[in-house]
Parts: sequence; structure tokens; C-alpha cells
Amino acid sequence: MTSHHEPADITTVTADAPQMQPLAKDVVSMERWIGLLFLLGIAFFAGFGVAYWQDGTFWLYGTLLGAGLVAMGAGFIAWGKYLLPRGPFVEERHTLASTEQERSAFSAALMERGAGEIKRRSVLGTLLGGSLGVFSIVALFPLVRSLGPLPGDALAKTNWKKGMNLVDINGRKIHVDDITVGGFATVFPEGLQNTDEGQAIDQTFLIRIDSADFTTMKGREGWAPHGYVAYSKLCTHLGCPVGLYEQQLEALVCPCHQSMFNVRKGAIPTFGPAPRPLPQLPLSVDSDGHLIASAGYNEPVGPGYWERP
Amino acid sequence: MTATAAPRTKRQKKQAQGPYGIVGSTVEALDERLGIAKGGRTFMDKIFPDHWSFMLGEIALYSFVVLLLTGVFLTLYFVPSQHLMKVPMNFPYKPLRGDTVSEAFYSTVNMSFNVRCGLLMRQMHHWACDIFVGAIVVHMARVFFTGAFRKPREANWLVGSTLLILAITNGFLGYSLPDDLVSGTGLRIADSIMLSVPVLGSYISFFAFGGTFPGDIVIARFFIIHVLLVPGIILALVGAHLGLLVRQKHTQFPGKGRTEGNVVGSPMFPVFIFKTQGFLFMTLGVTALLGALAQINPVWQFGQYYAAQISYAVQPDWYMGFLDGLLRIFPAWQWNAWGHTIPLEVTIPAVIFPGIVFNIAMAWPWIEQKFTKDKEIHHLLDRPRDVPHRTAFGVAFFSLLAILFIASSTDVLANFFHVSLNTVLIIMRVLTFAVPIIAYPVAYFICVELQAGGSIMGKRKIANVVTRTEEGEYVATPSAPRPGDAHVELDATPVPTFIVEGPAPESDEAELVDAEVDEGVRTASR
Ligand code: HEM
Ligand code: FES
Repeated sequence: MTSHHEPADITTVTADAPQMQPLAKDVVSMERWIGLLFLLGIAFFAGFGVAYWQDGTFWLYGTLLGAGLVAMGAGFIAWGKYLLPRGPFVEERHTLASTEQERSAFSAALMERGAGEIKRRSVLGTLLGGSLGVFSIVALFPLVRSLGPLPGDALAKTNWKKGMNLVDINGRKIHVDDITVGGFATVFPEGLQNTDEGQAIDQTFLIRIDSADFTTMKGREGWAPHGYVAYSKLCTHLGCPVGLYEQQLEALVCPCHQSMFNVRKGAIPTFGPAPRPLPQLPLSVDSDGHLIASAGYNEPVGPGYWERP
Repeated sequence: MTATAAPRTKRQKKQAQGPYGIVGSTVEALDERLGIAKGGRTFMDKIFPDHWSFMLGEIALYSFVVLLLTGVFLTLYFVPSQHLMKVPMNFPYKPLRGDTVSEAFYSTVNMSFNVRCGLLMRQMHHWACDIFVGAIVVHMARVFFTGAFRKPREANWLVGSTLLILAITNGFLGYSLPDDLVSGTGLRIADSIMLSVPVLGSYISFFAFGGTFPGDIVIARFFIIHVLLVPGIILALVGAHLGLLVRQKHTQFPGKGRTEGNVVGSPMFPVFIFKTQGFLFMTLGVTALLGALAQINPVWQFGQYYAAQISYAVQPDWYMGFLDGLLRIFPAWQWNAWGHTIPLEVTIPAVIFPGIVFNIAMAWPWIEQKFTKDKEIHHLLDRPRDVPHRTAFGVAFFSLLAILFIASSTDVLANFFHVSLNTVLIIMRVLTFAVPIIAYPVAYFICVELQAGGSIMGKRKIANVVTRTEEGEYVATPSAPRPGDAHVELDATPVPTFIVEGPAPESDEAELVDAEVDEGVRTASR
């Protein structure tokens, strides 16, 4: 059996063999059609050039360019399909596998010259293996370890601390009279409203659900003065900002996968894939009547992760 | 002309070059040095089967070419930096004037408004990405359903599935680059998925983002991975893919004169080259038309990404849809004990499930071998109906992915059908199990039914005319022969090296076969 890379036999076929004929029945008119397609290509490409020169609009560039390419491509395909020999043609498929003898010769060479050598000098072989192993471990240090700091407890913390003012995105403090019942705002710790951390981690949703002090659940008495409740705005599912407030249902809705959180009941999830309530920020009012945090969040905000208690 | 006289006129020079002119002398020069003639001709004679389904891989390849060409254009204008800047007051798109945005976002919008052809190139790039992934999936489905992955082509199936994963990865990376509100939300979700990996999650996230999300380095990192690392690997793997293809030669459908020992079709040169070049231009042209006429990812409408903002229309690219769908309908199960949390509601749908999907896909040749115990070499393709279990499994598998894809628009469905989100959720959960379970036996049954219909492979279909007699009886009569009906496939001939006028030495192979129409070919389909 010949090996695969030997060329096919040199073959001769007559020009009038049926396989050598074009598929087109009317060759002349097919030639005309293909010529027309190429002419269209030329015209569209020229049109693109002019449009570019004249500073047309982008859809004009794209349409002319695309039309030219489609016309040229169609002409090319039609030429290949209808004017070139219709075939079919055949080539032999030779087995790729070598003879039994060649195969064992190759295995023998591998074993005796390579593996055999390592087996004979097994101590050196072990040491070589060891140094490759150590190398592949230490190579990970610069490749992986340098990429960023260790997480530590960074994920468990926010910047909210006792006494911090709540401000909106423009840095304005929130006064107890600023928001009417049913109103809401996104708030940040004062000074951090324009930072990555403030926006990505500390973002908090403030809603006024009542005019009098309110308790969302047992153990959170006094957390919502004048009916102001504040929840972390990071969805406990995948961390999207829970940015929609459905006033009739009094529910916070996450636009990503439609988790809903009941704002009157400590933001427990009532629908969707979020597994935990949104953490609540305890609030109080300072002497000027501005809202402040009376403590930080008492649990990590945002999505779940291994180290989260 | 004497032998010693140097050629003087143009004509003499031409004659001195021999019958093949400049081509002949170039071939001679190269062959003397590199020995190209034998191998070159074998390569030119390589046969490509003429079935349309062999074109799907080409579409994938050419949309990758479009990605390379347009991508290089984008790199000339895109600034991979999260550094903030002010949009100038004379910026053409008024709503952004004076806004604080990142350089990545600004450069993307700037190339869309201020660079001639910039928006076209961006939209072409994005469309080409969607077509690229789509073409790979459909190409893979054709390889799957026809059994082209069987021995000896298992390695190429692995290379192909790796290409799919890389294409999806690079699509996601590119989608993240413009730093707009939608892609930033996607990044936030990707970060949370990293965090959901047990034990290692927070390390993966911190190492990817260089600290807490979002940090200031992720776009610069994604940029270089997106434009150099992944495309480089894709390019190398495409080379390996095609190299294996040439070495092992194409598979082919069974049919007239086609055996395990040959390949029937059109030769590489010139027939295939002409057609495939045409397809390259077509792919370029269609992407250009899409880029010109169909808006995609208008980031200036979404605005700069700010971590505390969210757009209502959070939508990933289509190939991420099945993950988003499963994330939506998965129950809120978290595991929490011994001071640790595993967010199963994320880990299972976004880490374990795609892991299973891609592992099954990659291991399929071996999984199937376990069942069939088939260790033979196959070059002739299966018809899907002839391998009903594989076909049924494939249909069930794709139907599961399709249901999950649909589930990624639960909110839209709820609005559209005016039902509650909860109803949609329950329906989608039921369908996720029901559809694949029903799809398997249905597909199996259809395969078996089709098998009973007999084979009409490679034969022309003939219409049945159904008429109602006066007695109300229906009679089917085959229609009269149509113009092309006498065209029966010719016998295949080896690719000619020399084409001669008149009768060739052994031309008996090249005979037109009797133009007869097989009675068994008549079918009702038209
Ligand atoms: C595997 C192939 C590739 C895929 C699937 C892909 C996909 C994408 C996608 C979906 C985008 C977002 C585009 C948008 O709507 O703004 C993008 C952006 C980008 N890509 Fe690619 N791409 C690929 C290869 C390349 C290559 C090879 C280069 C450069 C050599 C490149 C350069 C860029 C640049 C600079 C951007 C950001 C500019 C922008 O978003 O407008 N890409 N890519
Ligand atoms: S991120 Fe909020 S529901 Fe998924």
C-alpha cells in the first residue's frame, strides 16, 4: 500500500469527458451573468470609494462594501460551480497506519533510546522529575500570585461605620424631611460616593416606607427612624444593583434575574434565585436631622462565597 | 534559433521558458530547492465533498477572518484604560457632553462617531462574533449527527470543541471591553460566578480583578487576552484543525461510487478554491451588510458603567443565554455550614452545569464508543436516522439548551403573555425536564419511521401528484419526468493531470451512466 503522501498517479482525461464539462447548460449566458456580478462588484466598490471620499454615512459605506463583496463572491461561486469541470472527481484514501514492523521499530526507538536511558539512571530521572515539579509550582507564583492581593476579609467589610452620613451620588446629605413616604434614593457613605469602592460595595438603597419609626424584624428595633429603611443595594444572588423599587408590592426587584425582596420584612427574598435577604443598615438621625448610620452592616453584603460565615 | 544564442525578443524568451512560461520556471526553481512538485500536486488534487453541510465550517473560518480584520482596525482606536476623563463639549453625541467616562468607553464611542467607517467596523466585529459562535455550533452539530467524530477523527473533535469554548470566551472578553453599563453588569456577574467556586472563589476573583471588583486593571488585562492571547491560540488550533483534516482527508456521505477507500467531490484546485473564495467574500459581504444595516451594541445609549447603576435591558450575547436562563430558573439553594457558604444557586448553574455540558461534548466520541463498542475506522458518514440513539440524544441535548436559552427572557415572556413571572418560572422549570425527556423518544421514533421509508440517497426526488377521484378516493400518481430528472450522477474520475483533446488512452471510466430513474426514488415530498 502506498503511503499517503505519494502523489496520485498521473492521469490523463480527454477534454470531452462528461466530468470535464461545465454544469451550466448555457455556458454563454452563465458567463454573462457572472460577468455582470463582477461588474456590479466593481461598481459597488467604486461607489464605496466615492462615498468614503465624500464623507457619506456609515450605513452607506457598509451597504456599498457589503453589496460589492456579495456580488463578487456570488460571481466567484457561480464560476466554480457552473463553469469549471462539473466532476465528480475521486481520490484514493490510503491507510495512514504504518506496517507492524515500522510501528515496533518506532516504539523500540522510543523505549530504548529515551525511556530506557531514564530507567537505567533512575536517580537522575527522579531528580529531573523533582526539579520539573518544583519549577512548575514556583512558576505559578509570578504567573498567578502576582495578579492581585489576597482577599483576606475584604469581602466581609464595607466602609459604613457608626456615625457616617448618608449622601446621594452628588454628595448631598439626606435630611429626614427630604423624602416623602414611598420615595427612595441610592446612598453612599459620605466622601465615598464617587469612588469605586463606595459605588461597588457600599451602595445602599434608602426607602421611606412610613412616617413613624419602623421595625422590619425582631432585633432591629430603632433601625428605621421616621420610616427610613436602608438595605445593601447588592443583590445576594450575583451582585447586580437591586435598582428597581416596585411601590405597590413594596418590593425591591433585581433587574438581572428578577429576585424580589420584601422591604417591610427585612428584605427577605420573596421570589427569584437570591438565597438571602439584603443586609439592612441600621440608621439614626443626627442633631441637624440628617440620616446617619448607627453601625456598619453586621454581615457581608453581596453574593455568597466560601469564606462567608 | 541556435542552442547557444541568448533569447532576444520577447517571443524567444517565452519559448525558452518552456510550455508553462513563468509558472513553469518558478515551479522549477522552487522544486530544485524544496521539492514542491509532488506534494504540491497532491495538495491541489485534494478532494472536497460537494455536500452543502461541509460549508458550515468554512463560514466559521471566514467569520474568524472578519474578526481578525475588523479587530485590528478597532485596536488602532480603542484605549484599554479605566482612567476617567471628561467628554469634550463639542462631542457629536450631545447627551454625553461633559460626562465623566472611562477612556475605554470614550474611545469606543469616539470611534463610532468620529472615525470614518469606525462604527461600521465595530458593528461588523460584533456581528462576526455572533456568526462565528453560531457557525461553530451548527458545524459541530453536523459533525455530531453524521458521526464524523468517530475514529480516526476524535482528536479533531477535541480541537473543535476547544475552539468553541475559546470563541465563547473571547466573545465575552470583547463584550466587556467598551466599559458600558451592560457589559459592566456582565463583568459583575462574572465576578460573582468566580466567587461562587468553593474554597478558591475569592482568590480567583481577586487575582482576575487585581483586588475587589471592579478595580482599575480588568479592562487592560481583558484587552490583551482578547486581542492577542486567545486569537493566537485560536489561530494555532485552526491550523491544527485543518492540518488534521488534510492528513486524514474528508469524510463523505455514502452514495454512488463512494467507499471507505476514496473521497468523491471537487478538487482543491481550482474548483474548491473558486467556491471557497466566493464564500469568503460572501461572509465578508454579509457581515458588512449586517454591520451597516442592523444596529448592535449601541454603547452610547447604555452609558458608562457605574457599579451603582443598572440598565433595565441587561442582556448577554446570545451564546451566553443558556447560562443566564439557568441562573434565572434555578432554585435559591445555598449551602451554609461550619462557617462556610457555597452559593449552590450560582455554583450549580454557572460552574457545574456548563462544566458538565462541555465535558459531555468533548468526551462524546469516547462515551459513544462505550455504548457501541465500535473501534472501527469510519470515513463514510451516518445518516442521522440510521443512528437513532445518537440522534435522539443530540436532539434532547440541544432542546435542553434551547429551553434554557428561552428561560433567559422570563421577564419578557411574562410581559408578552400577560402572565405572572411565577407562572413563567414554573412553566420553564417543568419544560427544562419535560422537553428533553419527550424529545428523546420522539426523535428516536421519527428516525425509525424514516428508516422504514428506505434510502433515496443521491437520487432525485420525484413529486407525487395526489388527486381526488369522483368517488372521493385519493390517488397518488408520480408526476411526469421533469427536465432535470434524467441527470443521474456521473461516475467519478480521478483528477486529471493532463487534459488532452480526443480520446484518451483509458477513458472507459469516464462514461456517462444510463440515465434511468429509479422507481424507488418516488416520494411524496416535493
Ligand atoms: C476570536 C475572535 C474574536 C471574538 C469572538 C471577538 C468579539 C468581540 C466582541 C463581541 C467585542 C465587543 C464589540 C462591541 O460591540 O463594541 C469585541 C471588541 C473588541 N475586539 Fe474583538 N473579537 C475577536 C477577535 C479580536 C481580535 C483578533 C482583535 C484584534 C486584533 C480584536 C479587537 C477588539 C477590540 C480592540 C475591541 C474593543 C473595541 C470595541 O468594543 O469597539 N478582537 N470583540
Ligand atoms: S443578580 Fe439579582 S437576581 Fe440575579
